[in-house]
Amino acid sequence: MTEAAMDLEAEAAGVVKKFMYVNRKAPYGTIYALEGLEVVLISAAFDQDVSLAFLDDGVYQLVKGQQTKGIEVKNFSPTYRALEGYDIEKLYVERESLEARGLTADQLLVPVEVMGRDELVRRMEEQDVVIAF
Amino acid sequence: MAIEVGGKTLETDEEGYLVNLADWTEDVANAIAKAENVDMSGNHWEVVNFLREYYNEYQIAPAVRVLTKAIGKKLGPDKGNSKYLYELFPYGPAKQACKIAGLPKPTGCV
Repeated sequence: MTEAAMDLEAEAAGVVKKFMYVNRKAPYGTIYALEGLEVVLISAAFDQDVSLAFLDDGVYQLVKGQQTKGIEVKNFSPTYRALEGYDIEKLYVERESLEARGLTADQLLVPVEVMGRDELVRRMEEQDVVIAF
Repeated sequence: MAIEVGGKTLETDEEGYLVNLADWTEDVANAIAKAENVDMSGNHWEVVNFLREYYNEYQIAPAVRVLTKAIGKKLGPDKGNSKYLYELFPYGPAKQACKIAGLPKPTGCV
C-alpha cells in the first residue's frame, strides 16, 4: 500500500494528521503551482490539519496583480483567496525568500504568516506528511 | 458533444459541461436544466447565480461543502443545508448546479 493510501485509511479511522504542502515554483511556466493548489483543495475534503508553505520562487504564487493575458494562460491567483472558505488558513511564507525577491507581505493576495527559515524548518519537522510541488 | 440553443451550437464536454464559459446565457442555462429535468424556479436561479458570482471571484467552482457553507452565510441556514440544495439539484448541488451555471465541474468531483 502506498503512503497516500495509508493516510486515507487513517483518515477513515478518524485520525487527523498534519499535512504540509510546500510550494517552491513560480506560478506559471510549469504546472506545479496549479496542480499543487488543486491537490490542496481536494484534500480539504478529508478534514486533516493542512498548512501551506511558500518558499523560493513559490512566493510569487501569492503576489497581487498577476497578469497572464500575454502568456495566454488562466490567472488562477484569485483561487488562493478561496482557501479560507475551505478552512485552510495556515499559510506560511519564508522571510528570506520574500526578501531575496524584494517583496513584502502587503504585496500578497492573502493574509500569511511570514517566518524565518529556522522557524519554517521547525514547522516542517512537526508534520506527519510533507508534499512538495 | 454539443447542445443547441437558439439556433447556435455550443460545445460541451462528454458530461455536458460547457467548454467555453463565455457561451453561457440564461437561455443556455434553461436548456441545460431542461435536459437534466430540472424545472428552474427562483430558488434554483439563486443558487446558479451564486455559483457564477463565486466563480467570478475565485476562478473555481466550489466543493459542495464549501458551497453549502457559503450559501448559508449569504442566504441563511434555511438554504445553507444539504437537504434544501439536493431537493433543488438531485444530482448534487455542486455538480448539477455548476453544469447549469456554465461552470466547469468542481475540482475534486468525480
